[in-house]
Amino acid sequence: METYYNPEDLKKFGQIGEFQKELADKFFSYYGSVFAEGALTAREKSLIALAVAHTVQCPYCIDAYTTDTLEKGCSEAEMMEAVHVAAAIRGGSSLVHSVQMMNKAKEISM
Amino acid sequence: MKSLKASGHPLANSAVQLQSLQSEVADTLQLPSFHQKLAGAGLFPLQPLEPAVFQVNVGKMCNQVCKHCHVDAGPDRQEIMTRETMQQCLDALARTTIPTVDLTGGAPEMNPDFRWFVAEIRKLGRKVMVRCNLTIIVANPKYQDLPEFFREHQVEVVSSLPFYNADKTDRQRGKGVFDSSIRAMRMLNAVGYGQPDSGLLLNLVYNPNGAFLPGSQESLKRQFKRALLDEFGIVFNDLYAITNIPISRYLDYLISSGNYNNYMEKLVNSFNPAAAAGVMCRNTLSISWDGFIYDCDFNQMLDLKVASPVQHVRDFDERALNQRSVVVNQHCYGCTAGAGSSCGGTTA
Repeated sequence: METYYNPEDLKKFGQIGEFQKELADKFFSYYGSVFAEGALTAREKSLIALAVAHTVQCPYCIDAYTTDTLEKGCSEAEMMEAVHVAAAIRGGSSLVHSVQMMNKAKEISM
Repeated sequence: MKSLKASGHPLANSAVQLQSLQSEVADTLQLPSFHQKLAGAGLFPLQPLEPAVFQVNVGKMCNQVCKHCHVDAGPDRQEIMTRETMQQCLDALARTTIPTVDLTGGAPEMNPDFRWFVAEIRKLGRKVMVRCNLTIIVANPKYQDLPEFFREHQVEVVSSLPFYNADKTDRQRGKGVFDSSIRAMRMLNAVGYGQPDSGLLLNLVYNPNGAFLPGSQESLKRQFKRALLDEFGIVFNDLYAITNIPISRYLDYLISSGNYNNYMEKLVNSFNPAAAAGVMCRNTLSISWDGFIYDCDFNQMLDLKVASPVQHVRDFDERALNQRSVVVNQHCYGCTAGAGSSCGGTTA
């Protein structure tokens, strides 16, 4: 079945420099620095990336950071909790706007 | 679960394994041969260094049937080293200054002459390492004094523990393995293993429980230390992160789960010349249960004997062996990916 997303394309991510090398090089250099050990461990960053991947709904990122978190010794429970954090923020971000709805409803109601 | 051999699986045959590794490379993936990669790194033919480890596989018998086992070991395997062959190993050792003997299996402790062999090696003044699967210590009352025996002979214990929780460990190594491993580690800790300044080394081996590479050995060690101490009060010395090599039962897993192509591509794309320069086969000699000599335990399981006129331990000649080139094949990508992999963990 053909889809817009081809799992094989993930392996070609590094080739985006073909159309614009300078910016691609800068991006990958930045990317490498972001995920290096720092104030946060590479393991913690990988769990954050996994959660964000679900929020931005990037199937490539989900594949990549599922593998990466497993490689970094995360348990499935930790991985799923990270996704729930993403889901909670995502759900919460909708729900917190309900205050606006409530304010408006009260404003225009008797 | 049975071994591949007992279940009549085609991959129990080493020639079929090699064919699987090579035909996929040639026909489908068109991955470069390991020879080519080594040549590109200026390392082909791979030359041995001074031997530092004399590894002896004393048999394929094991009380566990792990899904990734490269030996295809299990309770149904009967291959076991005789005392006569052990004596040939001792005679060979006595003619060398190789400092370390690394005993592996199966579960090496199940060999009836295991304790005699350890004692004799120690009489030669060599350090002994035992690849202990932990559960053997609590599998049967006759093994429960193993921690005392190890302590008495100052044996370094190297124990497999794929993860610090029961779920992942048991999926890979069998139901109940984690709980038994915890009990065994407590027994080892109780006689001094892993304790600061005891000199009794308990090192753990981590290997991924799936089709992916191990992450940072240092990071994994920190996680294991914290989790095992906090949750179970267990201490250990070091942790070795080892890559699963695509042979035997792990090769079967890769092929049957549809992960073979991606895994091999990942290994090849992660080839690291620095890791290749430090592969263990350069300073290791590996002896099989029937006395034949190999460059490593993986070559042993693929029946790739040393490229030397000296192929059996009864004819052991260190000088002649040092003139050989190491036999390599596609499975060797497993030891050269990323930070590298050896029986002592990362190599780069």
